[in-house]
Amino acid sequence: MLSVFPADPAEVTSSEAALARFLHGLPGIDTVGAQARAAALGTRSIKNEAKAFAIDLALAVIDLTTLEGADTPGKVRALCAKALHPDPSAPDTPRPAAICVYPDLVAEARQALGATAVKVASVATAFPSGRASLDVKLADVAEAVRDGAHEIDMVIDRGAFLAGRYRRVFDEIVAVKAACGDAHLKVILETGELATYDNVRRASWLAMLAGADFVKTSTGKVATNATPPVTLVMLEAVRDFHAATGRRVGVKAAGGIRTTKDAIKYLVLVHETAGPDWLTPDLFRIGASGLLNDLLMQRRKLATGHYSGPDYVTVD
Amino acid sequence: MTTPGRAFAYAPAPESRSAADIAPSYGLFVDGRFAEAADGATLKTVNPATEEVLSEVAVGGEADVDRAVKAARKAFKAWSALPGAERAKYLFRIARLIQEHARELAVLETLDNGKPIRESRDVDLPLVAAHFFHHAGWADKLAYAGFGPNPRPLGVAGQVIPWNFPLLMLAWKIAPALATGNTVVLKPAETTPLTALRFAEICVEAGLPPGVVNIVTGAGATGRAVVAHPDVDKIAFTGSTPVGKEIIRTVAGTGRRLTLELGGKAANIVYDDAALDSAIEGIVNGVFFNQGQVCCAGSRLLVQESVADEVVAMLTRRLGTLRLGDPLDKNTDIGAINSAAQLDRVKALAAAGDDEGAERWTAPCAIPAKGFWFPPTVFTGVTQAHRIAREEIFGPVLSVLTFRTPAEAVEKANNTPYGLSAGVWTEKGAKALWTAQRLRAGVVWTNTFNRFDPASPFGGFKESGFGREGGRHGLGAYLNV
Repeated sequence: MLSVFPADPAEVTSSEAALARFLHGLPGIDTVGAQARAAALGTRSIKNEAKAFAIDLALAVIDLTTLEGADTPGKVRALCAKALHPDPSAPDTPRPAAICVYPDLVAEARQALGATAVKVASVATAFPSGRASLDVKLADVAEAVRDGAHEIDMVIDRGAFLAGRYRRVFDEIVAVKAACGDAHLKVILETGELATYDNVRRASWLAMLAGADFVKTSTGKVATNATPPVTLVMLEAVRDFHAATGRRVGVKAAGGIRTTKDAIKYLVLVHETAGPDWLTPDLFRIGASGLLNDLLMQRRKLATGHYSGPDYVTVD
Repeated sequence: MTTPGRAFAYAPAPESRSAADIAPSYGLFVDGRFAEAADGATLKTVNPATEEVLSEVAVGGEADVDRAVKAARKAFKAWSALPGAERAKYLFRIARLIQEHARELAVLETLDNGKPIRESRDVDLPLVAAHFFHHAGWADKLAYAGFGPNPRPLGVAGQVIPWNFPLLMLAWKIAPALATGNTVVLKPAETTPLTALRFAEICVEAGLPPGVVNIVTGAGATGRAVVAHPDVDKIAFTGSTPVGKEIIRTVAGTGRRLTLELGGKAANIVYDDAALDSAIEGIVNGVFFNQGQVCCAGSRLLVQESVADEVVAMLTRRLGTLRLGDPLDKNTDIGAINSAAQLDRVKALAAAGDDEGAERWTAPCAIPAKGFWFPPTVFTGVTQAHRIAREEIFGPVLSVLTFRTPAEAVEKANNTPYGLSAGVWTEKGAKALWTAQRLRAGVVWTNTFNRFDPASPFGGFKESGFGREGGRHGLGAYLNV
């Protein structure tokens, strides 16, 4: 499919120069075109049973997240309880895919979630800036994995990427992937700092070539987080990577997705860009904290026909 | 509980049909009033998506056209004498009323024409309002438009418009005519008269003096009567090239002004260094917008050989996601073909593609049982010698040709009797400009397609007609300069 992808993928990563040549040989992104396409998909009108399907799917793909300096074991336990019983009055409500916490709270989360299917994801590698030595980053990952994290959300070295030192970024992802063991690796591109859609596409390919299981938009800690056009570009990248290699990589949109309306727009983007195969927690996630309650309120409105208000969902 | 990976089927999301109030019958709008045709003749207008009869409209004969021209002539004196700022007030009022009635007009347009509501709502209506706003702004500034200190209107404009963008073409014709002080006799298309008649009511609501705008519905004979009327000072026509030629013969030697916006067979050139994902969107928008019933449609895809397979694969995958069906559904991408006759023409030309040995690919769309439908279709292996590469199909049919060098792309793009529009897709600015300068087309879009703005002149070369609509150039066509 992608004419610039060689028959032997190892060629692409054989040297710094080969990697740069490949990444810069990827088809460009037209900024206006990408924004127009994302906006057009945002006008899909999702009603009735389609909306019910989308709300349940959105619930199932959430990485329910708390990443504050002030996080406590109590807060994490409350979040885990919320994940296990999102809507106590509607036991058929889908649970979120994972709880996402800092590494030092992974053990707490594992214990609170017990043997349920809800995964524990942890941000590692000196999240959110990533400005630490590789040894420190790997130790960070090792701690989270040792305490039982199923998924690791790593940040890339944006400084190295913007300086064109792609090989360094690549090697770091490879090393973190090795340190993950059986844990799934989500690679955070921090697209708000990459500045251009071309960079987003290159960083997505770089992460996928290095073994990422997911590419993720943002840490949620910078001014611009997930946007529909950025997510569109990443979905195009995973779609093209699958066509070229046969391997499916997931996409996680994180930061700033707070309403059901927004979440549904992202699901439409996934559906019409990467395709229906990606509409599963294995291949698409939304990193959020506030979104869950809005979905619960909309879900109840759809079921009962009336809107019950924020006091009818739990605050944490 | 959600089943992962299950198809995300969009439930129907229909716009309310009741937003548009359709009368069982309509008369001609002449001298500020509706009246039946002198001989009582009528025609039926149908919804092309369902074949349901929507309404009955009068068919204007020569006597009716004459009455309309006389009314326009009478109104011209006072209208042209108004200060530009006064005319602007009426145009602004019409523009605002169009915005206020946008939903209703979009539904009406979709019912009568078959185009998807997302296009009539998001493209047609905003542009219609924009054209009236833009020209309202010009009405009091004509002395500064570069036509001399006191440009004068021509008089009565006879305007004949097509069925593909009924209200937008009306706006393109009426807004500049009124802004420059002319009065109008407009004949909408036989199959899509309803929004023009609703527009007539809006003119009344806006308090426009009687006779300034006259709408005479009917078919070919009515149009011929408008064109042939000796007291019309300017003819503006948008439609097919054969009819355009007939009009030239009628008008020749009479000294009347003429602008023609005719057919097209636009080349959409995709270089191998293009932003391919956006190019795919541009190709889709270029030829499947309004079911391909667009005179400037990018119906010939000229793709560089080195990426041809990739582009065709990307394109067919993308076309698989297009949703064909009820035009009133807000999620519909492809609506109905405007009429049974038009559907027959599209089918015949597509069959010619098969006969000539091109390879046909059809998007996997379910076709509704009733109405006029043609699924998005792509022909590969097309050469310049094929009919589907030369003749305007005016339907959702794309012909894919390849080229190896920029010079070859330009040569093939220009090798057509038409010259209305073209597209260039490349990330290299110099190459885009080099190509655009050599393309003989009235509009060349770079890294986009089918984009319109009232400030930008639109019109053709060669058999695509002459004269420009929109922008400063469009004003000149309605002024004695």
